Amino acid sequence: MSGNNFTVSPAPHIRSGLSTRAIMYLVILALLPSGVAGIYIYGFSSLRVILISMISCVVFEAAFLKLRNRDPKIALDGSALLTGLLLAYNLPPEMPFWLPVVGGAVSIILAKQIFGGLGHNIFNPALVGRVFLQISWPVYMTTWKNPRWAVDAVSTATPLAKEGAPLFNYMDLFLGNHGGCIGEVCILALAVGAVFLLVMKIISWHIPFTFIGTVMLLTWIFGGDSMFSGDFTFHLLSGGLVLGAFFMATDYVTRPLTKKGKIIFGIGCGIMTVVIRLRGSYPEGVSYAILFMNAVVPLIDRYTKTRKYGLQK
Amino acid sequence: MNFTHPNEFKEKTKGKKIESLSLPSKVILCLSQHTGAPAEPVVKVGDLVQTGTLVAQSNGFISSAVHSSVSGKVVAIEDSIHPVIGSFKAIVIESDGQDTKAFSGPIKDPAGLSKQDIIDMVKNAGIVGLGGAAFPTHVKMMPPKDKKIDTLIINGAECEPFLTCDHALMLEKPKEIIMGVCLVANVLGVKRVIIGVEENKMDAIEDLGSALFKVKHDGIDIKVKKLKTRYPQGGEKQLIKTLLGREVPSGRLPMDIGCVVNNVQTIYSIYEAVYLGKPLYERVMTVSGTLLKEPKNLMVRIGTPIRELLRFCDFDDTKRAYKIVMGGPMTGVAQYSLDAPVIKGTSGILALDESFKFGKELDCIRCSRCIEACPAGLMPCMIGIGAKNNRFDIAGAYDPLDCIECGACGYVCPSAIPLVQLIKLTKAKVRKN
Repeated sequence: MSGNNFTVSPAPHIRSGLSTRAIMYLVILALLPSGVAGIYIYGFSSLRVILISMISCVVFEAAFLKLRNRDPKIALDGSALLTGLLLAYNLPPEMPFWLPVVGGAVSIILAKQIFGGLGHNIFNPALVGRVFLQISWPVYMTTWKNPRWAVDAVSTATPLAKEGAPLFNYMDLFLGNHGGCIGEVCILALAVGAVFLLVMKIISWHIPFTFIGTVMLLTWIFGGDSMFSGDFTFHLLSGGLVLGAFFMATDYVTRPLTKKGKIIFGIGCGIMTVVIRLRGSYPEGVSYAILFMNAVVPLIDRYTKTRKYGLQK
Repeated sequence: MNFTHPNEFKEKTKGKKIESLSLPSKVILCLSQHTGAPAEPVVKVGDLVQTGTLVAQSNGFISSAVHSSVSGKVVAIEDSIHPVIGSFKAIVIESDGQDTKAFSGPIKDPAGLSKQDIIDMVKNAGIVGLGGAAFPTHVKMMPPKDKKIDTLIINGAECEPFLTCDHALMLEKPKEIIMGVCLVANVLGVKRVIIGVEENKMDAIEDLGSALFKVKHDGIDIKVKKLKTRYPQGGEKQLIKTLLGREVPSGRLPMDIGCVVNNVQTIYSIYEAVYLGKPLYERVMTVSGTLLKEPKNLMVRIGTPIRELLRFCDFDDTKRAYKIVMGGPMTGVAQYSLDAPVIKGTSGILALDESFKFGKELDCIRCSRCIEACPAGLMPCMIGIGAKNNRFDIAGAYDPLDCIECGACGYVCPSAIPLVQLIKLTKAKVRKN
């Protein structure tokens, strides 16, 4: 008590327990069931893709932080690991080792660090990496692997491809018993993680529910041979919708700030996804839809400010 | 309206009786105890004073008097440590240990007093808002003629973590508080009074409720209302919205929408001033935190150095001291010296160890937790981002002047960004332009 050696800092002097680092690791934890499912379904090659992707993201992050004269240890804040994990989840389970490395480099350097690092990027880094790979090496990116127990090792089509759809029932789709990206196939595992994030209040319902709701509504209306006859359950369970809606569109940095903005963002993502799925040349539209909506976030933010207390009516 | 639910930390002093701190050997009476113009000294070095002697008079309409809190001798009038603004002129009085009172209590019968008499007594007693802002109370008791006041709200929410001083006072002096309420209600001419208390103080709600039957309050409808325990429920604007559903328009005062809000402890000091003739020279404060072996609710003389309070509560010398805070943990001011004196607005002193250290500040990740926590409906992160990048044009566009500085945004921020500080900075920049 004798020494006057106290820390002086502005209020508040207490903080809620959740740190940015903790949030990142909790999201990674929420994504684990899906990864385990991906490895179980497609075998060891999935784990290889996941590990290469995560390690390269952290390495590129550390290297670029060093170039920017920042502490390279920041690379362990969990955000690069999360980007690597999400990138891998958006990749097919079998591919040359250098593909996830390039994806990681694009995600971290091009999409994140040159904008200023964590918190400053406009587009979801993992999705930028994924789309870059898809455009550059479309063959590798659409070579799907069947589940380990299937007769043919290589699958020709995912359910969303036009010729693939009739081959799968809802239960196969829900459990992930078909070809697809590592982390998007097992809806059950994703749902477990999604509930965890909602319960922990790391994400709110606004984006995922409006996103998925819009996709289901529009595919029901326009997805069938006649109006109001589309198979919306199929569209919910196939492709990257659940992964995208709960884990990618909800990325704090690249989504709007207010509840109103989040709802607009979710609906926009849903509309874009359906337009691409039903009318575009790609079978899957979730990644592009989210990236497109990322670009309009500043605009949404500008027009969806909160209502402040005491505003004169 | 948004609220947060910080950890309460109140159990350390909850239910503890109010003890009187032993008489300090020296008090430092800052001339700026309150919001508004500093008081003007009316004593000279060497003068002998008694407890309750006027030592500095109010200097303007929004200003307040200061009284000696001990009996003894004025030893200096000089710049001294001020717990909030760093340093300010203060009257230093050395105690003679006698505590001779300069006023004779009890009591006069307030029935014969006019409204103006009561306002004068409150003014002369140097009473200011004891919830923390220390706004001169007599000003609130004389609203301009065109403002029709219909409701008096008594703030017993005490939503700041750690603090239990108002709670202790409501338990020990419920009748006196109701008597004080009647005085203020009569001066304002209001027929409706609501006392708001958070539901983590059910015993106080019950005691105030039963005091209503013991104290005559003809013609005044007094209700004790249970409030949810949430932060900042006791913020003046938030309390009004919760109890009346009215919002104080941006940049205006509660009296513009027909209400006046006073803290329970302020009300108690009004009771003391009118019934006992006692000026405001002591108050109840909570002395708590992880570095104290015996946290307490203490009756403390204004001007007592913080050191004395900590010593009385058995400061734990074996732990490394990290932070000493005056006030609650959400809005309080960290102290650099234990020689700083307590002032009228001091509701508590917290001695915290290193478990209250935060992680390193990171860049904003736009998680929007601050937006969902802000009781004023602002977007603190946008003000923060603007201010950090020296873009006060952007920061200023997000209504920083409506910030009530409750600290909720900083509390929830996972990146440990000092948002309140950045908003205060933006306020200063905006006001300058």
